Amino acid sequence: MNELAAAVPWLGKRNPMAARWLILIIAIVAPFIAWQFGKSWVRILDFALLYMMLALGLNLVVGFAGLLDLGYIAFYAVGAYTFAFLASPHFDVHLPFWVILPLGAGFAALAGIMLGFPVLRLRGDYLAIVTLGFGEIVRIFMLNLNYPVNITNGPQGINMIDPINLFGWDLSRNIQVTENFTINSLFLYYYFFLLAVAASIVFIQRLQISRVGRAWAAMRDDELAAKAIGINTRNMKLLAFSLGATFGGVSGCLFGAFQGFVSPESFSLMESIAVLTMVVFGGMGNIAGAVVGAFVLALLPEVLRDVAVPLQQTLFGHVLLDPEVLRMLLLSLAMILMMLLRPAGMIPARARYSHDHHLSNKLKQGGAK
Amino acid sequence: METLIQQFINGLVIGSVYALIALGYTMVYGILGLINFAHGDVLMVGALVALQTMMFLMGMAPGMSPLVMLAIALLVAIVVCMLLGFTMERLAYRRLRNAPRLAPLITAIGVSFLLQTIAMIIWGRNYHTYPQLISTTPLQPIEGVFVTPVQITIVIASAALMIGLLLLVNRTKIGRAMRATAENHRVASLMGVDTNAVIAFTFVVGAALAAVAGVMFASNYGIAHYGMGFMPGLKAFTAAVLGGIGNLGGAMLGGVMLGLVESFGAGYIEHLTFGFLNSSYQDIFAFIILGLVLIFRPTGLLGERVSDRA
Repeated sequence: MNELAAAVPWLGKRNPMAARWLILIIAIVAPFIAWQFGKSWVRILDFALLYMMLALGLNLVVGFAGLLDLGYIAFYAVGAYTFAFLASPHFDVHLPFWVILPLGAGFAALAGIMLGFPVLRLRGDYLAIVTLGFGEIVRIFMLNLNYPVNITNGPQGINMIDPINLFGWDLSRNIQVTENFTINSLFLYYYFFLLAVAASIVFIQRLQISRVGRAWAAMRDDELAAKAIGINTRNMKLLAFSLGATFGGVSGCLFGAFQGFVSPESFSLMESIAVLTMVVFGGMGNIAGAVVGAFVLALLPEVLRDVAVPLQQTLFGHVLLDPEVLRMLLLSLAMILMMLLRPAGMIPARARYSHDHHLSNKLKQGGAK
Repeated sequence: METLIQQFINGLVIGSVYALIALGYTMVYGILGLINFAHGDVLMVGALVALQTMMFLMGMAPGMSPLVMLAIALLVAIVVCMLLGFTMERLAYRRLRNAPRLAPLITAIGVSFLLQTIAMIIWGRNYHTYPQLISTTPLQPIEGVFVTPVQITIVIASAALMIGLLLLVNRTKIGRAMRATAENHRVASLMGVDTNAVIAFTFVVGAALAAVAGVMFASNYGIAHYGMGFMPGLKAFTAAVLGGIGNLGGAMLGGVMLGLVESFGAGYIEHLTFGFLNSSYQDIFAFIILGLVLIFRPTGLLGERVSDRA
């Protein structure tokens, strides 16, 4: 939370405590505000939280460990499909949520290690392409494994997935408090996801300043030097991949249960790129960056959908750019412009353990003398 | 036996298209050390611009001979793609030449998706049937083996282009400048080579090849759409890595080999896996090859440079 609080403009530096409370209040009140604009906005907020979790996980891999992973969405898919297999009429298995969640996370972590092992020696661009290939392979299998044995149900996907059930409390049911006051299930999901995201943030923050996080930073800045000072880069890379994948798997599980339906379409390369853009936009290697990036880039296309489409209607008489095109345009432009103009992202990481930071400090000191 | 020969021919045809695209990757990589992720989308732009030109010509001058029409369309596509390659380099990549490693790659991905989106806006989401200006009636040189004139043209044209490129790189002044820049940027510029111009030139040549490859690819499958560049782009990259990235001959060899592997793989995978996997898994061969090469022989088949990037 500290980093997030520090990122609040103006208030963050002066009064971190107030900033922290402000974030908390915004997070709690947000769905009520969204509700004023319509039910779908609460739903969008729910998805934004899932994206946040994905961005946090990818940030672990890309930002902390410096391994550019373009197939990240595959882990999301693994989580979602695990949930779909184990809690839907497809195989007629209905395991409880608390059993599937660790399973989904575990399978995703396993997939992360499976991806990690072969690519240990690769760096930078090669790594990116191989991970992209991995993501595509997973997608191709999801699309085609309905024959000769129907496992994934092909392009149709799996539907009627069980909702999240917390010890008998079904999150998909609205709670009828009084005659004319009900708590919509979208709110329940929102707060549940919010808890999950908050827990992830706390975990990742502890992780970042731990031995592991520092090792990652060292590895990211100079792999050879990291090796020389005794960091086991192999294990650190595998750990980065599997931990990042775990987050993907968990949010995949939540996604499957929340949406009630999974299909290969949700796990295209475009989604990997979208999550990457969120991380890049917010600021690589920075928790606050991932959160803000995910929030902005998950919401902005929806806002545009609501604003731009009617605007085009009135201006040109017909819809020139449909929302999906707008989203792609936005994401790709965000990626290019961020890299060209502000490569550190909207909220640059405080490079406590980064090489560049120490160098620039040294230069400053040198300049002062 | 017929299947074997047929798959060989199919592999050779698609492989030569891959080789043409791979040359663009490998040239840029050799000089800048950058994977131009958007290269596949330049191909798409080439194919669609050519399509647009052909449509236009068909409307304007219906009596025109198909070969002239094709030549004009190709020329327009090449020019547009050259401009595109130049613009890309100038606006996006040049400023990032000394940026941290991930920045140019992320930009390239962004450019790739930007091109796709723009193409989607201009040409829509649907698949366009590609006009067949060269006959597609299959010939039967051997009983049971089919070759279309389009396929023959593709193989011959790409061979000619590759020879042309080799001559350009090995025999001309600008080619020498390219090789010098690839060897060492700074030293080349100290020797009076205008490295910026050379890099721009490389992008332009690569884009021109991609434009031709795009038209070939679309003619071969008879279809074009905004996302068509992605897969061949990735496969061509694989081909470039397989042959040894930065190495022109390697890109050609890798392209043809990849085409063959894919074609044989798609033809026989059903037998090999006892019907469990079928030809819809064709696309995974490239990725598997890519993974294997990068793990076991990151310098590729012909790559002599020890790659510090892998």
